[in-house]
Order: sequence, then structure tokens, then C-alpha cells
Amino acid sequence: MVLDLVPLWTALLALAVFYYVVFDGFDLGVGMLHGMVADERDRNIVMNSIAPIWDGNETWLVFGGLGLLAAFPLAFTIIFPAVYFPTLIMLLALVFRGVAFEFRFRHPAVRRFWERGFSTGSAIATFAQGLVIGTFIHGFKVDGRNFAGTSLDWVTPFALFTGVALMFGYALLGAGWLVLKTEGPLQDWARRAGRVCLVGVVIAIVVVSIWTPLESAEIWRRWFSWPNIALLSPVPILTAATIIAEWFAFRSRYELTPFLGAIALFLLSFIGIAISLWPMIVPFHYTLWQAASSNSTQAFLLIGTLFLLPIILMYTAWSYWVFRGKVRGDIGYH
Amino acid sequence: MAIDPVLLSRIQWAWVIAWHILLPAFTVGLASYIAVLEGLYFFTGREVFFRLSGFWTRIFAVSFGMGVVSGIIMPFQFGTNWSRFTDAAADIISPMMAYEGLMAFFLESSFLGVLLFGRRLVPTWAHFFAALMVAFGTLLSSFWILATNSWMQTPQGYQVVNGRFEPVDWFAIVFSPSFPYRLVHNVTGFYITTAFVVMGVGAWLLRRGRAIEDSRMMIRMALNLLIIIVPLQIFFGDQHGLNTREYQPAKLAAIEGRYDTAAPAPLTLFGIPDDSAATMRYAVDVPDLGSLVLTHSWTGEVKGLKEWPPDQRPPVALPFFAFRIMVGIGVIMLLVAVVGQILQVRGRLWNTVWFLRACQFVAPLGFVAVVCGWITTEVGRQPWTVYGLMRTADSVSPSLTVADVSMSLALYVIVYLIMYPTGVVFMASLARRGPAEVQDPHVTGIESGRPSRPFEDAARAGFDS
Repeated sequence: MVLDLVPLWTALLALAVFYYVVFDGFDLGVGMLHGMVADERDRNIVMNSIAPIWDGNETWLVFGGLGLLAAFPLAFTIIFPAVYFPTLIMLLALVFRGVAFEFRFRHPAVRRFWERGFSTGSAIATFAQGLVIGTFIHGFKVDGRNFAGTSLDWVTPFALFTGVALMFGYALLGAGWLVLKTEGPLQDWARRAGRVCLVGVVIAIVVVSIWTPLESAEIWRRWFSWPNIALLSPVPILTAATIIAEWFAFRSRYELTPFLGAIALFLLSFIGIAISLWPMIVPFHYTLWQAASSNSTQAFLLIGTLFLLPIILMYTAWSYWVFRGKVRGDIGYH
Repeated sequence: MAIDPVLLSRIQWAWVIAWHILLPAFTVGLASYIAVLEGLYFFTGREVFFRLSGFWTRIFAVSFGMGVVSGIIMPFQFGTNWSRFTDAAADIISPMMAYEGLMAFFLESSFLGVLLFGRRLVPTWAHFFAALMVAFGTLLSSFWILATNSWMQTPQGYQVVNGRFEPVDWFAIVFSPSFPYRLVHNVTGFYITTAFVVMGVGAWLLRRGRAIEDSRMMIRMALNLLIIIVPLQIFFGDQHGLNTREYQPAKLAAIEGRYDTAAPAPLTLFGIPDDSAATMRYAVDVPDLGSLVLTHSWTGEVKGLKEWPPDQRPPVALPFFAFRIMVGIGVIMLLVAVVGQILQVRGRLWNTVWFLRACQFVAPLGFVAVVCGWITTEVGRQPWTVYGLMRTADSVSPSLTVADVSMSLALYVIVYLIMYPTGVVFMASLARRGPAEVQDPHVTGIESGRPSRPFEDAARAGFDS
């Protein structure tokens, strides 16, 4: 009797992807907001708030990618050719953003160029990730074990919409992070920016929630057939409650709540997408089980992952602990 | 050769990996060098090791940062451009790649932070331990990625089910026949590359009369290592060659530029290969020497490419010339190591200006040798991605068009041509400042306790102060 490892790998991968979306999400969001801060001293504080942790967050993208490849290779080999250009744009934007972050210290004369590179790179990378998510939900043309569409199939109104939607979403996370890490006028600014982003996020959630069931009869049945409509009703109700709480959190004195509220909204959206697509990993062609690698492959990697992942999480938690508290201008980089 | 998505994807792969490999070629050796310096400082307490470690750690951090961002690109290439190969081989190669991420990235990024910024926050032994862990991480990274590559070169431990490779024996998969040779040959090559850079930087500083104790120590340490590992590398290379003869004879034939099987076989020093006519033009041969080198016998048989049908032969020109450049560089390196050692024994090393100048010129040769070695082994295994089992032409993503890959290739070229020169100029400017000026680790407290900002910390020490 061979133990079915697919549920465990699904959980691990969902954890990795959610971790990546929240954590690199907020620092990409901070990167976008950085471009809108007028004062140079404030911009430094904004940068410093993510300086120690952003690249650690990005390594989860590698883990997510390689985890998908190892556990569900068929999904990896169909999805990435389909999002050839969004992936390319995302990777190059992340590379550019990464070196911009470091090279901006090189010389005052080119500083502004690299700073702009940082916020532009953050925005482009986010938009590209939104394209990937939109294309994923939308589904792929598949022939056998190959993607059968063209490299421009991702150009759909839906994917372009989710691209913009994710920019608001990450910026919301970023604003929540800035409320937590800054004080005074900059924090007030972040609270206002957060409410603007929240309006964008609400529009995005409403539109996507109406758009997806209309596009797919399968998703419609999943949500609106009886008794599903009753069983799943907590998801939209909780989402509405969280949105209202988030609005007031940005207006209140609370400093951690806006960030936690943003994470909660992402978690609910994540659950919503999972409910719509389950058990598909290549919508709407292959299930998790059909796309899984051999049991031997999953077992071989699982042993090391279960051992190493807790250590990595412990280290990460420790590094956030080390850099806790407010960022101030006087302990900046120079 | 027609311009098709396969060719363009191969060029794109070659472009991103050739640039990427330059960084591990440097950081693997440098991480171990820093660990040695930290160990020497821990056990002897001599300031010179402290200064050298700080100096090289800063340069290490910059190259490591570039290695990370250029490395993130690599796994996604498997999905975007090589989806059919990935579909067929993922069950075998993907856990090895994932283990590289889990084991190596974790160790390196956690302990690099302590190494970079933790000098005053942790005791000396912990700092030494961090250096050891970073070095260990780079070696683990080499281990897993070369295990992956070696399985593609000499596959075993698998079974084919419905056209896909499935694992049968993980030990056989990880330790495929070419793996031990490839790992040792690569890592030794990385160490040699780093040692020549260290020696070149030391010579540059010494000729300007700067940081004399430090630069002499750099040159001495590099020379003492090189006199041992350059001859060893020649031995390892020879052993790797014997292994290639056994498992990838067509690759060996391409390296030798041999179209006709011969026993005894001559050694072709130079020639212009003509694949379509299957003949070596203007060949300069040394009789019987080929048999001696390749089979360790005067009369051993060396197979020629005509033993294989034309569609199973690798192109000859690239492996043939790249191999000769690599071996030529090896000879130059041996010469430099021996001459330097003689000068050192006679006590004339520090005032032999021509030798110090020569050290500067040979400093980048290791990188050339590494890339040439990579070209030799990768072009030599064509036309296969999984040797003898899966063709490169059958590996590419079927949906890609010429326009798609032309566009992505152009963008990779542009971004790398901005990123690499900037990074190299940055590292060179750090090296020029020398250890004396950047000796004191610039600790500003916990805010700097992460590996995230190597450039920034380096810049702060280098430019703003």
C-alpha cells in the first residue's frame, strides 16, 4: 500500500504560494508606493522598511516554482509555455528591481534612476504576476500533455483586469506594512493610500466574483447550486466583514490591524479561487492527481522538505523579530 | 542550421547559463577561501586574516547577490522553453533541483547575513562557523545541480513509462557514472579560478605598494594552493576524459576532432573541422599520442564519429576548440604556479615585477576555462538532452514561435548587458580600494543583519565614507 502524498504536497505548495503572495506581495506593494512618496527622506524610510527581508521573500518564488515542478510537473510544463511572456516580464522586472535596490547606493548621480527602476520594476513584476493568475483561472488550451495555444493567449480582458487588480492588492498589503513600520505624517499618508487601494481591491473582488462564474458553468454550479450556496456563504460574508473592518482599521489608531486585515483579504480570495478550481491544477484539464509526479519522486523530496522547511521558517521568523519596530530616518543606510 | 525555436531556445539557454556560471565559478572558491581566512583568524588571531576576510567578504556579497538574481531565471527556463524535456524528465531531475534550493539557498542566505554584518554581534567562533556554513552551502549547491546535469549526461536508475522517465533507484540517479568526475573537476576548477583572481588582485595592490602585508599573504596563499591543485586538476581532467570515453564516446570523438576510428590514434593538435564532409582539414597530428592520452596505451582504439549515424553526431568545432582553449589555459596556469613557486622558494617573488604583472593578466583566465569546459561538455553531448534517450529537438516547448523566442532572447541580452558590466565595475572598484581601506566591518546594529544588501553595505564602506 502506497501512501497518497498528493494532499500533503497540495497543502505544502498552497502554503508556499500563499506565503510568497503575502510576503513578496507586501514588499512589491511597498516598492510601488515608494514611487509615489514625494519626500526623499520618507522614501528612504519606505525603502528601509523592506530592506532586510525582501530578498528572503523572493526565494519563496523559487521554492514555489520548484515545488510545483517536483510535485505537479504536468502543471509546470503546461502553465509556463502559456504564460511565456508574463513569466519573462516578471523575471526581468524582479532582476531589475533587485539590482536597482543595491546599485542605487553606488553613486548619487544615478540614484534617482535606480530608485525609479525599483518602483517601476515592482509595478511591472506585480502586473505580470496578476496576468499569470488571471490566465491560470481562465484556463488553458491543452493538447495531450502540451499547451496548445499561442504565446499571446494570455492577452485577455480578464487577465489584464487581474493584473491591475493585483497591483491594488499588493499595494494594500504594502500600505498595511507601512502603517506598521512608520510613524507620523508618513504613517498618515500610508493610511490614506491604504484606503484608496482598498477601494480598488473591493472593485476587483466584486468584479472577479461575478466574472468567473459567468465565464464557466462549472464554477457557477460550484458556488450557486444547492447546498453549496449555503455551505460556501461564509466566504463572501466573511470577505464583506473583513472589508468593512479593514476600512475602519486604516482610520483607527491600530498599527498592526490594517496589515493583518489585508492578509485576511488575500487569504479569503485565495480560498475563493481554490474553491472555484478544486481539484484542478491545470484548469480545466488536469486534476492534482493527474498532474502529480510519481510517488517515489514526491516521497524523495518530501523527506528533506519536512525536515528543512521548519528550520527555514524558524530562521525567517527570527529575522523578522530582529528587525521589529519602527523604521527611522536616522539609522538609514548612509 | 535553420533559425527555429529550438536553436533560439538553445542560444537563450546558453546566454543565461554562461553568464550565471561565472558567478558560482567565483563564489564557490571565494566562500571556501573566506572560511579558511576566518579559521586562520580564529586560531592564530593575526590581524591580516581579519582584514583579508572582511575585504573578500564584501566582494563575495556583490557576486553572490548577482548569482542569486541570475539564478532565479534558470528554473523557469525549464518550463517556458523546454516543457517537453521537463515533462519527460521532471520526476527525476526536479527533486534534485528543489533540494538545491532547500539546502543550499537556505544555508547560504542565513549565514551570509551573520558573516557580512555580524562581526560585532556574534563571537569569533560563531563568525567562523557562519563562514564554514556559507562555504558548505555553495558546495551543496554545486553537488545538486551537477548531479542533475550528470544524470542528463549519463542517465541511470530510471525506467521509461509512457515516454516519461520514472525513478527506480535514487542512489543510482544522484550518483550517475559521470557525476563524481564532473563534481571534482568543476569544484577544483572553481577553486583555481578564485585563486588566480585573489593572486591577481594581490599583485595589483603590491605593484602599487599598497596593503603590502595583506597582498603578499594573498599571493602566497594562492600560490601554495595552486601548486597542489593545478596538477591535481590536470589529473582529474584526464580521469574525467577516461570516463567520457567509456560513457559518451561520441563526445570524446568530437573533442578530439576524430571522424575515423583509429588504433593507434594520433593526437590532433589543431585543424579545421568540416562536419558535412566528416573530415578534419589542415590537421596537425602527433602520431600515436592520442591513444596514449585517451586510453593510456600506445595502441588503444579511439572511436571516430563515423561510428554513429550523422543525426547522432555532435557538432565538432565548438567542443574541439573550446577544449583546446581550456587545456591551453591549464598549461599556462601550471606554468604560472610552478614559476611562482620557484620564485617564492628563492625569495625573489616580491621584486620580480614581470611575474606580478603576469599574475594580473592571468587573473581572469579561470573564467574563460570554466566557460570553455562548459561548452565542451554541453555541446559535446548534443544532439541529446538526456544522453542517447531524448533529443534536444524534441525537448522544446511546442507552442513557441521564432518571434516569441527572438523577443525573449533580445530582452535577456539587454538586461544582462546592463547588469553584468555594472556589477563587475562595482566589484573592481571594491578590489581597487584594497583591504586596508575597508578593513573595519561597518556595523550599524541589527538593521544590517541580513544578506539582503551586499551592494549597499559595500557602497557605504566604499563610496560614502
